[in-house]
Amino acid sequence: MHPSASGSTTNISAGPAATPEHGPNAAAPASSESAAIALVGNPNVGKTALFNALTGYRRHVANYPGVSVDLARGPVRGASRTLEVLDLPGTYSLTPASPDEAIVCDVLCGHAPPRPAAILAIVDATNLPRNLYLLSQVLEVGLPAVIALNMIDAARARGIEVDARLLAERLGLPVVPVIATQPETVAPLVPVLESALRAAPPATRVPLPDALARATSALVASAPAPLQPAKALRVLADPDGHSEKQFFKLGGDRCVLAEAREALRAAGIDPGPAEVRARYAWIDRILDGVVIRNLPPGDTWSDRIDRLLTHRVAGVAALAALLYAAFYTIYAGAQPLMDAIDGGVGWLGLRIGELLPAGALRSLVAEGVLGGVGGVLAFLPQILTLFALIAILEDCGYMARAAFMVDRLMRPLGLSGRAFIPLLSSFACAVPAIMGARAIGDRRERFITILIAPFMSCSARLPVYTLLIGALVPAHAWLGGWVRLDALVMLGMYLVGVVFAIPIALLLRKTAFAGPSTGFVLELPGYKWPRLRTVLQRMYLAGWSFVVRAGTVILAVNIVVWALGYFPRSADARAALEQQQQAAGWDDASFESQLAGAYLRESYLGRLGRVIEPAIEPLGWDWRIGIGVLSSFPAREVVIATLGTISNLGEETDARSPSLRSAIQAMTWEDTGKPLFTLPVALSLMVFFALCAQCVSTLVVIGRETHSWMWPCASFVGMTTLAYLVAWGTSAAGRALGL
Amino acid sequence: MPLDTAPVRKMLRITGVSASDPLTYRLMEMGLIEGRQVQVLRRAPWGDPMHLRVGDYELSLRATEAALIDVAAE
Ligand SMILES: Nc1nc2c(ncn2[C@@H]2O[C@H](COP(=O)(O)OP(=O)(O)OP(=O)(O)O)[C@@H](O)[C@H]2O)c(=O)[nH]1
Ligand SMILES: [Mg+2]
Repeated sequence: MHPSASGSTTNISAGPAATPEHGPNAAAPASSESAAIALVGNPNVGKTALFNALTGYRRHVANYPGVSVDLARGPVRGASRTLEVLDLPGTYSLTPASPDEAIVCDVLCGHAPPRPAAILAIVDATNLPRNLYLLSQVLEVGLPAVIALNMIDAARARGIEVDARLLAERLGLPVVPVIATQPETVAPLVPVLESALRAAPPATRVPLPDALARATSALVASAPAPLQPAKALRVLADPDGHSEKQFFKLGGDRCVLAEAREALRAAGIDPGPAEVRARYAWIDRILDGVVIRNLPPGDTWSDRIDRLLTHRVAGVAALAALLYAAFYTIYAGAQPLMDAIDGGVGWLGLRIGELLPAGALRSLVAEGVLGGVGGVLAFLPQILTLFALIAILEDCGYMARAAFMVDRLMRPLGLSGRAFIPLLSSFACAVPAIMGARAIGDRRERFITILIAPFMSCSARLPVYTLLIGALVPAHAWLGGWVRLDALVMLGMYLVGVVFAIPIALLLRKTAFAGPSTGFVLELPGYKWPRLRTVLQRMYLAGWSFVVRAGTVILAVNIVVWALGYFPRSADARAALEQQQQAAGWDDASFESQLAGAYLRESYLGRLGRVIEPAIEPLGWDWRIGIGVLSSFPAREVVIATLGTISNLGEETDARSPSLRSAIQAMTWEDTGKPLFTLPVALSLMVFFALCAQCVSTLVVIGRETHSWMWPCASFVGMTTLAYLVAWGTSAAGRALGL
Repeated sequence: MPLDTAPVRKMLRITGVSASDPLTYRLMEMGLIEGRQVQVLRRAPWGDPMHLRVGDYELSLRATEAALIDVAAE
């Protein structure tokens, strides 16, 4: 059924009906190659889950709006050809309110590649009226379409039944009920998509008020290039918006637009709201009798959970308890497994040491590779725990609630609860978090979020904290082990970043990003059980990328560090020491250990270390820590590998400690022989890592998302300076307190 | 009455949406238009924002934006 034009309403298809750019013929020549199918829908309706089910990919799925913020493509094998599915960000309308939504608009309107040949519109069966709003706009862009009616399981559980056949009949389009999280239910979509590629675009047009239809036609008629009525309507509905910019870019006439707007004003019509009302009126007609609600009386399950989890006392307490429990699990939960790996790697290093002949090769394998990269790999269980916790939080629906609760607290910083979601995921990794900020509509808020995200301690800092805390913080526990000093210090390290991010956000707010405060509109999805598969996928991807980093960047930097620390090994150094041996009366073992130390001091690395020593002396660090920090600028975890390698190089093989932690404890000042790592040194080193911008990928992403080179440079210089100053302060304060 | 002053858990009907800045336009697109039902489920721990039910879904909104929406008790 096409709701017919009646009374004061007219179809907007009054313009040139089949525009050459989008007509059914446009799709035909593409039929030999793989045809792109755009997945379009509201946020959080399961687009990515469906994309994964169709393609077998592992894109990030989570239960809050705004997870996907860029475009992904994946192949689907049909009976006659391979289709290419495009996973897009979610949007509520084709009038974009944020950069991620603009991507959808650009792809559908053909402003940006790739050019879809058809649309797979996905709608959420639990919430059809609002989902049909976007659908009504999407059906007017002139591409053949198929509708996936998703979440039918959730709808049924809530007492909502949807008559898919009636809906298909009313829309004149195929409607396929699916459950995206159960891949076997999506198979029937593929043949429907294949035949849709040969179908004509839907003729659905929402009847608009006369004046609006006339203004739309006027714009279409005046356009230099063929302009679809649907696009003309977008231009009218959103003054100064995205579509208007595109209109002018394509040579649209300012005078005609101004005239059309004036005519609407004279008719007393505000185009945006008028369009909304017309569409919802159409939706009511389409859905009449399609959705049958048998909602059980009383509160929903989700609402009862919210009563507790967003309660003004219980909710806040629950949030605090949850965060502490997360730190405790990450710090203490993974410990036994990590100790086992660390011990195993150390043992392997010693055995290989025995097997290989003494010399450069043995040193490279035992000290460079195993002592360094092996030490880093020991942190894998902890990384996996962190990502598992984050995935569970994200997929149960709590993220949006946490954002809802903290919105009021973030307001003075010029941020909203919306910014809380990327900031929290920045504790896993700043790179996706900074991209995730695309879902924030307001530019000022988005930029502040991007710039403070690197202050949140990411998973690459976690091994550094764990190693130093494990080696130097005394084991105190209270309340039967539930409160532990080491877990508290860990929490403290995470808070350092947060505490410094606050004044920085305020500063940015007062200077570069001054302006009115933004709104906070966030959909709160229903709670659901986190899906095991989603959690495991998240862990797998994070774990794999950690291992790859260890095997590439970390290994490469570490081999360079090893080589600089091993060579040149001059015979002079040995000869000089042999002379001393007679005088000092050293036995062979202490001679060997003296020699290892002398070689390291004489090495290229040792010489470089003495050059940088004056810069780090105020912090209470020696040159070996300085080298560790320098080497960690490509990737933070490198410091662990470097310290492992340097401490081993400075020791003669048999005296080497089997675990990295005891190696750290055993390092001493070269001149006085006092322990190198004291509590103030460890704290200042951790604080340095908490605040420093030692991550190339983060800086690159900041540059990309802010479209400037100034912000990544400012971030790097600012954060590094801050890190240095605060590390110096920590070290000085620690010594003053006599720690 | 403006939505921000509305009582909690009462079924309300929207009688008008004032202003037409991009944010209110977006709220209308999300279904907050005349004649639709809303319900204030609760307020956040520090009094703001509000947790609403709009038709079949739930939404969080600050009081300043809610003030632009007029409602009447059902
Ligand atoms: N019960 C149920 N849950 C589903 C279904 N499809 C998706 N989900 C869940 O809904 C949530 C959102 O899924 P996503 O695939 O991330 O949604 P999206 O549309 O890509 O979201 P954005 O990228 O934020 O726009 C996840 O928790 C999914 O597990 C379904 O058919 N039934
Ligand atoms: Mg997605």
